[in-house]
Amino acid sequence: MREKILQIVEKNSRIDLKELAIILGVEEADIVMEMQKMEEEGIICGYHTLINWEKTSVDKVNALIEVRVTPQRGQGFDNIAERIYKYPEVTAVYLMSGGYDLLVFLEGKSLKEVSSFVSDKLSTLETVLSTATHFILKKYKDHGTVLSKKRVDEREIFTP
Amino acid sequence: MRNPLSDKVVNIKPSGIRKFFDIVSEMKDAISLGVGEPDFDTPWHIRDEGIFSLEQGRTFYTSNAGLKELKVEICRYLKRRIGAEYDYNKETLVTVGGSEAIDIALRAMINPGEEVIIPQPSYVSYEPCAVLADAVPVVINLKAENEFRLTAEELREAITEKTKVLILPFPNNPTGAIMERKDLEAIAEVIREKDIFVISDEIYSELSYKGDHVSIVNIPGMQERTILINGFSKAYAMTGWRLGYACGPEAIIEQMTKIHQFAIMCAPTTSQYAAVEALRNGDDDVAMMRESYDQRRRFLLHAFKEMGLPCFEPYGAFYVFPCIKEFGMTSEEFATRFLEEEKVAVVPGTAFGDSGEGFLRISYAYSLDNLREAIGRLAKFVSRLKQEKN
Repeated sequence: MREKILQIVEKNSRIDLKELAIILGVEEADIVMEMQKMEEEGIICGYHTLINWEKTSVDKVNALIEVRVTPQRGQGFDNIAERIYKYPEVTAVYLMSGGYDLLVFLEGKSLKEVSSFVSDKLSTLETVLSTATHFILKKYKDHGTVLSKKRVDEREIFTP
Repeated sequence: MRNPLSDKVVNIKPSGIRKFFDIVSEMKDAISLGVGEPDFDTPWHIRDEGIFSLEQGRTFYTSNAGLKELKVEICRYLKRRIGAEYDYNKETLVTVGGSEAIDIALRAMINPGEEVIIPQPSYVSYEPCAVLADAVPVVINLKAENEFRLTAEELREAITEKTKVLILPFPNNPTGAIMERKDLEAIAEVIREKDIFVISDEIYSELSYKGDHVSIVNIPGMQERTILINGFSKAYAMTGWRLGYACGPEAIIEQMTKIHQFAIMCAPTTSQYAAVEALRNGDDDVAMMRESYDQRRRFLLHAFKEMGLPCFEPYGAFYVFPCIKEFGMTSEEFATRFLEEEKVAVVPGTAFGDSGEGFLRISYAYSLDNLREAIGRLAKFVSRLKQEKN
């Protein structure tokens, strides 16, 4: 049941729990309990909203920063990752395989803000060897959702 | 000038629901629960394979019976999913949708005046196809109390000296009924005893919600007297690709292939390449869509229960078939009023045979959001009718 709940709420976290119980053919109380458990266990980590900020008047700049670091003895990458993710403007940090170590997602109000974060805060960290900053120009698809186009029902009427 | 037309064709009634849907298409902000095709797009990897085949310049005819690659995959699929063995070379024919297979199977098997048994309510093409094949259609009116399954008694009663073929339309459009193994075993006994043949239209086989679909060819002695019809439209959301297939005894497939090659040449090449990909790597897509349909099915059944609309639990296809007899209206009156007053289109059960009177076909090939809105309107309409009655 967990897997099915997760598949549904991952796409629609606002679904009515009563309806969720109906479509999965289980009791509502069981759904509520499972959801609570999964929150406690850290399986469900949040119920965020996917927003296309480009359509609002709010200015936002998003960047991906590839960061190469020196791992620390006994800590690996965890310590440095934590130092980076504590900045509120950092929205995500991943440890990567390949040519660099950490991939940092950054959100700022302007280009200037992002670049000063990189030069003042990120690259000055002792363990950071190098950074490469990529600005996001346009989001086509995010979290499995196509942002630009709205889906319309184009099925034609036919018989039977 | 002489009459240029064939009486046989002129006498076939045009489909009853066409007129109804012409109204829908002109009505602003009407929502429809009438469509009989998946709301999903064909999975991208399948479309991509079709595009790739075009890029490769595979724009020629295929051999008449279909691409060898595809026929091999079809036979593998049938082995995997229903445990039936077919020879890809002699017992498999790729057609333009399941609908072409129905047409040519009848034409290949019927001599003028022989009878074809058609259980109804069912897909609207069987009867006209039988008539065009010079068969005499014999209708069995399936009953709600049997959950619209075909019983051995009903079948036995309909069989005469002239009976040649039984059309077996399960999982069923429009009722959503299925035939389980025990149901099939019961009718198989009659079929063997009376020495008739079966055209089994299993186009909705992947959309079964009570365990895996059981095919009539799984019942001993039935594969040798059955034309099994299936296709890609419903399972893989590939309606517009127009691709289906028929498997059966070599002698029948051979004659069907003859008609197919003279009338059609071959099924669309691009679609055949895409279908190879569907059969090789499409199982997860089918499972995902089946799960979605099942969720919507539960949603609708629950909603009917809440509004007090009787409906048996259908375990197949993507239709529910609620009963509206309590309101003292015909299906068509109900559907017309519902459309006029609440702007929701559903199909009157009578579009699928007289035994559909008193029922509606509601399709759940729509997103939950659409269904929620439409069912809200249905609940309003039903409660208004109940008040009127009191």
